[in-house]
Amino acid sequence: MANVRPEHKLEPWKDPSAEPYIRIEKVTKKFGDFVAVDDVSLKIYQGEIFCLLGASGCGKTTLLRLLAGFDEPTAGKIWIDGADMAGIPPYRRPVNMMFQSYALFPHMSVEQNVSFGLRQDKLPRGEIKDRVDAILELVKMTQFAGRKPHQLSGGQRQRVALARSLVKQPKLLLLDEPLGALDKKLREHTQFELVNIQEKLGVTFVVVTHDQEEAMTLASRIGVMNHGEIVQVGTPGDIYEYPISRFVADFVGSVNLFEGALIEDEPDYVRVSAKELGGHFFVNHGVSAPPDATVWVALRPEKIVISRDPPVMEGEDNRVQAVVKEIAYLGDVSVYLVRLPSGRMVRVTRPNMRRQSAAVDRITWDEEVWLSWDASSPVVVTQ
Amino acid sequence: MLLAELMAWIRAFGPYRWASHRLLNWGITGRTAVIGLPYLWLILFFLIPFIIVLKISVSDIRLGMPPYEPMVHWIEHQVVALQINFGNYAFLFKDALYRNAYMNSILVAAGSTVLCLLVGYPMAYGIARTSPSWRNLLLMMVMLPFWTSFLLRVYAWIGILKNNGLINNVLMAMGVIDEPIVMLQTDFAVYVGIVYSYLPFMVLPLYATLEKMDLTLLEAAADLGCHPTKAFMTITLPLSVPGIVAGSMLVFIPAVGEFVIPALLGGPDSLMIGRVLWEEFFHNRDWPVASAVAIAMLILLVGPIMILQYNQGRQAGAHR
Repeated sequence: MANVRPEHKLEPWKDPSAEPYIRIEKVTKKFGDFVAVDDVSLKIYQGEIFCLLGASGCGKTTLLRLLAGFDEPTAGKIWIDGADMAGIPPYRRPVNMMFQSYALFPHMSVEQNVSFGLRQDKLPRGEIKDRVDAILELVKMTQFAGRKPHQLSGGQRQRVALARSLVKQPKLLLLDEPLGALDKKLREHTQFELVNIQEKLGVTFVVVTHDQEEAMTLASRIGVMNHGEIVQVGTPGDIYEYPISRFVADFVGSVNLFEGALIEDEPDYVRVSAKELGGHFFVNHGVSAPPDATVWVALRPEKIVISRDPPVMEGEDNRVQAVVKEIAYLGDVSVYLVRLPSGRMVRVTRPNMRRQSAAVDRITWDEEVWLSWDASSPVVVTQ
Repeated sequence: MLLAELMAWIRAFGPYRWASHRLLNWGITGRTAVIGLPYLWLILFFLIPFIIVLKISVSDIRLGMPPYEPMVHWIEHQVVALQINFGNYAFLFKDALYRNAYMNSILVAAGSTVLCLLVGYPMAYGIARTSPSWRNLLLMMVMLPFWTSFLLRVYAWIGILKNNGLINNVLMAMGVIDEPIVMLQTDFAVYVGIVYSYLPFMVLPLYATLEKMDLTLLEAAADLGCHPTKAFMTITLPLSVPGIVAGSMLVFIPAVGEFVIPALLGGPDSLMIGRVLWEEFFHNRDWPVASAVAIAMLILLVGPIMILQYNQGRQAGAHR
């Protein structure tokens, strides 16, 4: 889940004077009675890789199609590069799209597919050839230029589709589940390749995906969507570490959610009593919630320490005794499902820092253990 | 379960085992039987009649029943005389009637095929692009004429086209024309009849190819800056070539040999080979020449069909 983008990147969304490249304002799209996109407003900046993340049917593809111009919004406005896109057909937009199914023309060779867009612009033949050769070189498909799409593997088709959408040097590239059809190894490799290409060409990417790992790897910012609405926008780190709702916490990564009530509410810390925990959470950040409101505490599995001995820490908060019920060994990490006295199951992951062998006395099934966590680890959400 | 038990019982049944064992010895299994039966059908009802026609086409005409000379004569002292007469074919070349009839048939069939394509393509395209609920209804309407007799429908066209028929009466009542337009018994009527009758054979294969076309290809084309009209020419049309070829063959081949439509709607001068064949057979009672006409037509058609089939097969292989 490493973010492959360099740390010193620009963060134009933090600059209030920056002009967004795409401005989506109160856009709604209805199909009959079904609201696919519900009052979405977004600003996307030049050179970003913006990921729209959500489950299938959440409206992310519809939003992408509105940007491409295949559908017109029912209400609201879209500006791309300062121009209002209302009524502008897809073939006049400064946008190219890489389709989920790749949509390669089956009756054309790789070269003809890639040159198709340039031929529409009636460019001189020599220039078309140069640019097609250069882009095929970039995606390493030069030796397959004469093949038809059906003679290519899935990964090769994907690279041709990418080349075809990049060859016109669009300022904005839309990618619909770009790596969906690839196997894991190839997908990881391509993710890095995509980021490299994006940095080389300076194109703005808007990527639609349901795969949170893909979003985390590619994105400069992620917009999480649910039921047609954007529920949170932020960097991958923000989304993962500071989810603003139960939905986001649960959708991005796995999480243990506890319902509770605020018993102490100070600007720099809160205490939450959770019945299922059988104790209190001490959280070192403030919460803006009315005193009697129900809150939820989200605790990531990897932020919980599992140990045989009681943890050495001050106070009685942020710790609980439990019994190991299930262990799943995944190689790099092990997942423990432990049962709290209340009967609640909690998920804990722990990196396997030593090679497993008979000599190491590991925590095993039905053992009594202590769970503990740092005060900075839990996140309190109010919705 | 019951079926499986029944099959097991049959397999264990003595006579069955004996019979299947025997058949297996001759190389006949269930598989070969399934494939072989249609071939047997074709041999019996297509190849054998064809050979008979071929045989008649190289014999001499004579008075009597059957009205042609036998091919094989028994002469005394174990001598068999085999008589093959290519005169009938030579006759086809000599008499301009046949040449004109062939040319005219192919011309009319080709013209009707093009007209069918021009009318059928928009229909098929429209049906393939409407909502699925409308699609079935529209397809049903394309096929609906098949539910009435072909002959009846051609006669209905006589009622529409004749001098005091529907079209002329309406036009005259409206005062557009004073004299009826002569439409029946012209080539125009033949074209109308053929296009009308064979249109579904054009629409259905075209619909099949257009319907399964991936519409995201058109979106991709638009996305790359291609205007919809140009996208139709560069994407939709090339991808529907298999449907165009299939539909054209289904119209062209039967239209060449069409007899009923030119006989009922065409004039005395609209000479088509089906009609010549009929006249030769029933009026002249010249079976050998009639057979030669039929065989020549077959050879004339088989060539282009095989070339088309071969090309289509190659394309189908390339696309999948």
